[in-house]
Parts: sequence; structure tokens; C-alpha cells
Amino acid sequence: MLHGMGTNEATDTDTRPWIQVTRRVRTLHLSAGGSWTARHAATLDPQLQAIDVDGFSEAEIDGGEIDRLDSSGGWLLVRTKKRLEGSGLRVVLFRIAQRYAPLLAVIEAEHVVMPVEFEENGTLAALLERVGRGSHMVLLQAAGILGYLGHVTLEWFKTVYAPRGHLRVTALVHQIEEAGINALPIVGLLLFLIGIVLAYLGIDQLRRFGAENLTVNILGAGLLREVGVLITAIVIAGRSGSAFTAQIGTMKVNEELDAMQTIGLNVVDVLILPRVVGLVIALPFLTLYADVMGLIGGATMCYFDLGMTIPAFMRQLHQAVTVNTFMVGLIKAPVFAYIIGMVGCYEGMNVERNAGSVGKLTTRSVVESIFLVIVIDAGFAVLFSILGI
Amino acid sequence: MSGAGKEIVIRLRGIVNRLGGRTIHDHLDLDVYRGEVLGVVGGSGSGKSVLLRSVVGLNQPQQGSIDVFGQDVLNLEEAALRALQIRWGVLFQEGALFSSQTVAENIQVPLREFTSMSQALMNEIAAMKLSMVGLPEDTAQKRPSELSGGMKKRAGLARALALDPELMFLDEPTAGLDPISASHFDELLRRLQQSLNLTVFMVTHDLDTLMATADRVAVLVNGRLKVGTIDSLRHDGDPWIQEYFSGPHGRAALAS
Repeated sequence: MLHGMGTNEATDTDTRPWIQVTRRVRTLHLSAGGSWTARHAATLDPQLQAIDVDGFSEAEIDGGEIDRLDSSGGWLLVRTKKRLEGSGLRVVLFRIAQRYAPLLAVIEAEHVVMPVEFEENGTLAALLERVGRGSHMVLLQAAGILGYLGHVTLEWFKTVYAPRGHLRVTALVHQIEEAGINALPIVGLLLFLIGIVLAYLGIDQLRRFGAENLTVNILGAGLLREVGVLITAIVIAGRSGSAFTAQIGTMKVNEELDAMQTIGLNVVDVLILPRVVGLVIALPFLTLYADVMGLIGGATMCYFDLGMTIPAFMRQLHQAVTVNTFMVGLIKAPVFAYIIGMVGCYEGMNVERNAGSVGKLTTRSVVESIFLVIVIDAGFAVLFSILGI
Repeated sequence: MSGAGKEIVIRLRGIVNRLGGRTIHDHLDLDVYRGEVLGVVGGSGSGKSVLLRSVVGLNQPQQGSIDVFGQDVLNLEEAALRALQIRWGVLFQEGALFSSQTVAENIQVPLREFTSMSQALMNEIAAMKLSMVGLPEDTAQKRPSELSGGMKKRAGLARALALDPELMFLDEPTAGLDPISASHFDELLRRLQQSLNLTVFMVTHDLDTLMATADRVAVLVNGRLKVGTIDSLRHDGDPWIQEYFSGPHGRAALAS
């Protein structure tokens, strides 16, 4: 055969498949022809299913005129034969072109198992199961984070007790640069703009009472206590927390973490402590910088809108806030940094070895750390109000 | 070896590939005939996989022409290339299963894309393909991450066979398998190749696989191809080919 059936463009040799059913007394005669291929299986399938087998004792299947047969078409023939036999008919003839005999032999011989059953997704039971599994997952995750927190805290103590050999200074400095210094432009710009917006809002509202000078009080207290540290933490969660998860996750996918353990490196020492400690060191400084940038933004707005000079702004600010106000904001920074770093690294360690996992857990890490930062900020607010600070 | 009277499925002429300033393929010519198993061997980094990627259109060679089924792959329009791609199947080294889908869904991807079968029929066909490649039926619901290396390759083969291609490309089909799994895979390959009348373009460096399955062998040395049967290549003067077939490993494989 110089030019076999597959030589030409597939559509050239593709003829319409057909099935003809004739009934001779108690014999069901089925003849078939044309292209029995995957492309046509969708039209053949319902026709074959619809064949009524009642009242026959014998069947003949004549596929002699099938001029193209692939394994999908072959399966349809074999399945039909099995169905006829299953209904008590004796298949006395099963004819097919000689060149397709090996293919049919493979399909018939190999295929002893019944078709797989697929899970139903639409039922109430399936919904309940999903809810159950989801709740179970949340609990497991909470337990996992707690266990992990304890584990890393223990390593912390070891490091404080004997820094040599535990704390990796090079990695730590690199993390401070990466998470702290490289974040200066974005944090600075953001807080400058927020300072302008807050000042504008304050001026606009307080002008009705003729108290526009008090804008500086709102600006000072708001920025230093809450906004400065919160916005910085959120930016860092999106910037560094996600990076931690993605970096550690990718290393996990590449089996680098396993390699570290077999070499005898402590993963917590090498990967997690530098990141978390670096963030804990960097975030207070970033917050300080963010506060200053926010105040500069506010002062700019006051100058242009109220004509308030810089010395006047400073005098007003001095009356409005104390060192305490500033410290209340700053003290939250290391706590937030700790949470962001821990969540980022924890989710990175949870990555599984498949393509979607890194992306999924990176998203989860950012959402979780922002959520926790805001929850803890609310906790601080309650605490400070009880303490009367 | 003259190919007169045989239909050529893949025809490579003057293929030149350069990667990072290094010439990997230096004017390669190669014919693959219908119904044969061609094994492409060569040392690590000799460009075996690059050659395979070039033929299936994943890598554009700097020079040369590639005809598959008589069509110029390099200058084909999108739609014509899609039509051609249905006629071949590719098994990648690690199986390249879509990790977010179950094995059955992986096998059904081509069916869903190119036919309008009902879900029930697709499930039956997925089950049939799985048993064809020798995987137990409960594999269907598993995710690729739950499978061993050998099972991933079999599942990848099942997906590549989904639309009954005439031509199969295999990239290191037995690499990373234990010898028993590897020889089972060889048997499977030979059996499927004969019953489905496949033409196989196989990149490998496993001598046992080569012995068990290949009709002809193309050796890639120093950017050039030497093609022949294993017997004719054993007497080739090239030092790498000598080392390959006559080294301790080669002798053991030939003796068996």
C-alpha cells in the first residue's frame, strides 16, 4: 500500500459513517460502513444506543464496509457487541476488515474493566461533603499555623540563646535590603499621597466649624497611631509576604528543601529566620519613614490650602501629638512584621508539587496576612483604650 | 539504506539549530518511513530533544525544512497546523499531564476539544485508553501528583493516543524508570505500535529500549546524524558510536 489511508488530508478520506439495522425473524443484522473515527463517534453513539434488541436471539455485526476505524470507533463496535451479548443474544457473526483485526483484538482483550464511574457534583450530599471538607480544612489550617508558630518560636529562642551558627547575617542583611530599603519608594509615595488626602478631608470638614487648624491634630494622631503603620504593613504583606511564599514554595517544588535537610541544613535557620527577623527589623524603620512622608504630604496640603507655613504646622503638631502617640503606632510594627513573615513562610512550606499550588498559596498568604494585620490592629486599639493610652 | 518504495512521513532537510552561539544541528537530513520506529540517540546535550521539538513545531530552526505528512510544518498557517497536530501525539519526558485535572480529564482534553462526544462516551474511551496502556481503572480519578513516574508516562501516552494519531513522538519514554518498568514500557510500545500501525519518532538513550523497539536508529554526533540499523551502526568508525554500542553497557544490551 503505497499511499495508506492516512496519507491524504484526514478530511479527504473521511466518509460519512452509517449503520443499517435489518431484522430477519429472530436475527438482528447490523451492517456498518464509512469512517468510524473519534470525529464521528458523537453521531454514532446515540444511534447504537437506540437499537432495540427485544425479541431477537441471534445477532450479526457486519463491519466489512468500514473503511476507516480508530480505537474510538472500535470501542463503539466492541461495546455494541458486549451489549447484545449482555441482553442474551448470540453474536454469530462479527466481521471487520482484516487490517483492523489487531486493533479490535487490543480493545477487546484489554478492556475487561467496566467504564469508570464519575462523581456527581450536583447533589445535596456532594454539597454537604464540600462544606464538611472545607470546615475540616480550616480547622486543620488553624492547627497547622499554631504548630508552626510554636516550632519557629522555639528556634527563635535557640537563636537568641546562641546566635552563632543559627543566625545567618548575610541572608538577614539581604532580606532587610529586599524588604526594607527596596520598599522605600513605593511606601514613601503612598504615604505622601495619603497625607495629602487626609489633610484635604480634614480641612474640608473642619472649615465648617472654623477649626481648620485642627486638621493638623487629626493628621498627626491618625497618621502616627494608625494609618502609617497599617498602610506600610499592608504594602509589605503584598510585596514581601507574597515573595516569601513564592520563593519558598518554588524551592519546595524543586525539592530544594528536601536537599537542604539531607545536607543537614536547618530550613528554619536558613530560610525562615532571616526573612522573619529581617522583616521585624525593617518594618519599624519603614514605619518611621512612612510617618514622616505622610506628615510631609499633609504639610504640603495645609500650605497650599490654608496657607499654613511649615513652622506653624510644626507648632500645631507639637501641641497635638506626644511621643506616646508616635510610639503607639511604632510598637505595632514588629508585631505586624512577625505575622506577615510567619504567614508568608508558612504558606510557602505548604506548597504541593503541582503547577497551581504556588499561585494559590501566594494569594492565600497575602489575604491571610492582611486579614491578621487588621484583626491585630483592632486588638491593639481595644488594649490601648483599656490602658488609657 | 534506501527508502525507495516506502512512504515518507517525516522529511528533514538541512536543519540547522544554534543555541547560545553553539551549533547543535549542522545541516541534518532525515527521513522517517510510515510504520517504523526510529530511535534518535546521542549524548547528553547533543540536541536530541531540540530535534524533536523542532519537528513538532515548538522550536524554530535557523535553517532547513521540515515536512510532516508532506506538509511544510515551518510555513503552515495556524488552522492547517492544528489539523496536522491532531494526526500526531507527543509524549513528553515527565508525561506533562495537566496537574489541575484528573487522569481521565487529561485524556479527555483532546476529545473534548476536537470532537463532540457525550461525557458518558468520553468516560468509556478514557477507561479504554487507560487499560490499553496498562493502567488500573482507579487511576482515572487520580491526580497526576498521586502517580509514580512510570504511571505518569503511561497516562501521558494514553493522552497522546486519545485521538488515534498516526505518528507518535516520544521524548525519553523510559528515562527514570526501573529496568522492569522500562522493559514493560518497551513491550507496551511495540504492541501498540503494531496494533495501531503507528509511526514512532523516539528520542532515547536507553540501549535496551532501542534494542527492543527500534527498527532504525539515528545517532546524533557532533551536530550530524548517522542513520542505520543497529547492526550497521555497530561497525561505524565514529568513536562515540563505538563507545555507545561496544562499551560495557552496550555489549550487555546487545548480548541479551
